[in-house]
Amino acid sequence: MTDLDTHAEDIVEQFSDHLDLTVDEVEERLDNLVNEYRVPVDEARRSVVNSYLDEAGLEREALGGGGNASVGLAEIEQDEQWLDVTAKVVELWEARSDSVAQVGLLGDESGTTKFVAFESSDLPELEEGTVYRLENLVTDEYQGNFSVKLNRTTTITEVDEEIEVGDDAETVEGALVDIQSGSGLIKRCPEDDCTRVLQNGRCSEHGSVEGEFDLRIKAVLDDGESVHEVIFDREQTEALTGMSLEEAKDMAMDALDTTVVADEMQSGTLGRYYRVSGPQFGRYVLVDEFEQLSDPVDAEAALIEARSI
Amino acid sequence: MSQAPTREVARRVFAREFNDASHTFKESDDERAPVYLLLPTGERANRVFLVGTLTEKEDVGEGDEYWRGRIVDPTGTFFVYAGQYQPDAASALRDLEPPAYVAVVGKPRTYETDDGSVNVSVRPESITAVDAATRDRWVVETAQRTLERVTAFEDEGNEYARMAREEYDLSVDDYRQTALSALEGLDETDELDADTTLDAPAE
Repeated sequence: MTDLDTHAEDIVEQFSDHLDLTVDEVEERLDNLVNEYRVPVDEARRSVVNSYLDEAGLEREALGGGGNASVGLAEIEQDEQWLDVTAKVVELWEARSDSVAQVGLLGDESGTTKFVAFESSDLPELEEGTVYRLENLVTDEYQGNFSVKLNRTTTITEVDEEIEVGDDAETVEGALVDIQSGSGLIKRCPEDDCTRVLQNGRCSEHGSVEGEFDLRIKAVLDDGESVHEVIFDREQTEALTGMSLEEAKDMAMDALDTTVVADEMQSGTLGRYYRVSGPQFGRYVLVDEFEQLSDPVDAEAALIEARSI
Repeated sequence: MSQAPTREVARRVFAREFNDASHTFKESDDERAPVYLLLPTGERANRVFLVGTLTEKEDVGEGDEYWRGRIVDPTGTFFVYAGQYQPDAASALRDLEPPAYVAVVGKPRTYETDDGSVNVSVRPESITAVDAATRDRWVVETAQRTLERVTAFEDEGNEYARMAREEYDLSVDDYRQTALSALEGLDETDELDADTTLDAPAE
């Protein structure tokens, strides 16, 4: 019966955080199934684990039991993956929904990712700038972007170490060859936790709403080898075009047409060379910093290089 | 995850090489499949980005506006045509006063003349006025891209180079020379006087 004994010890270990079990009682249940009812060992173990899961009010995945992946936060590329991480709370954001207890940015050496903790999980509060060991997080995917969720089974332990949070910003450069539709003066849905851009005054989630004006530019940078789609938010759009949201609204008001704003923005940006950097978000690089490449070029250096070919 | 068709990259090519091209092809039977112009240095181009000096513009339309622009780079002249289906580019051409540095994003178009030769032009998606620094950057970039293509021309497995060898009877070394001359021209103007703006670049 040493076999059942080992299984029993495993199970006790798996539930050690949740239930106060003894090896003897677990082994007795296994023994009953295997020797009295002729259930194969694997199936018996499954059944016993399930009954303890019920007892503890847990989902099977929540057990983890050391099987969690350790992946860099910026390298997550799988939905619903269980993770253990040691990470620093880089930023806390304002929760925009009552069901969310905390939301913000976690960082480790690989970079940063968004995290969410729900009210219903009843977890201790994380503090900005503090490093924690977080076990039993689960990854989440939305439109190609990954985040991590804290849940009821997540254990949070403050650790006394400093983490150098990695910089996972992408830097791309090239000629600005296109400004896509949905750029310029736009309206966003004002509903809580919804920032969708309105199409003809309608939000795809909330229907007809009184939108709030915003500025953004969805642009394409092209270096002749590859194309990169980038998004300038309001602040970056104002810096890029020199046009403020108020000026854009006035301009649209005068013309009784919002498209004049995008047209005006195009004439000052299309065909110029830029270098931008910021986090990659799905297809897009979200511009945190940009510069126009307008320094005189070093033709001599280019020539020396060219002649060496 | 569904993906929108990927956007075609805008190739960098000097006027000399662009105008030498004549062969176009598709890579699938789909009616809407992109049409590529085969560059003599062995690359396919569905879109180009060019910066040069707009030296002339003319409304050559009969009835409807149809603008033709001549845009000069250190190696030759690009012809750009914009009509009612390119309203932004057409109105840009209408408003611009030559000479002016302009940046053009557009698609290569070919048409056969009565004598059987093929002319290449650009159907612009956008035309914007830019400064001399942007133009110089384009010359350097285009020279570099051209030299890269020339260097890769003999590579095994370079299918567009193989296609270029089949379709054209042209020496790729000419394009290497053209690219070098373009850079030399830039280098000389640097030394002349940084404040003097350059008139239409010499042929």
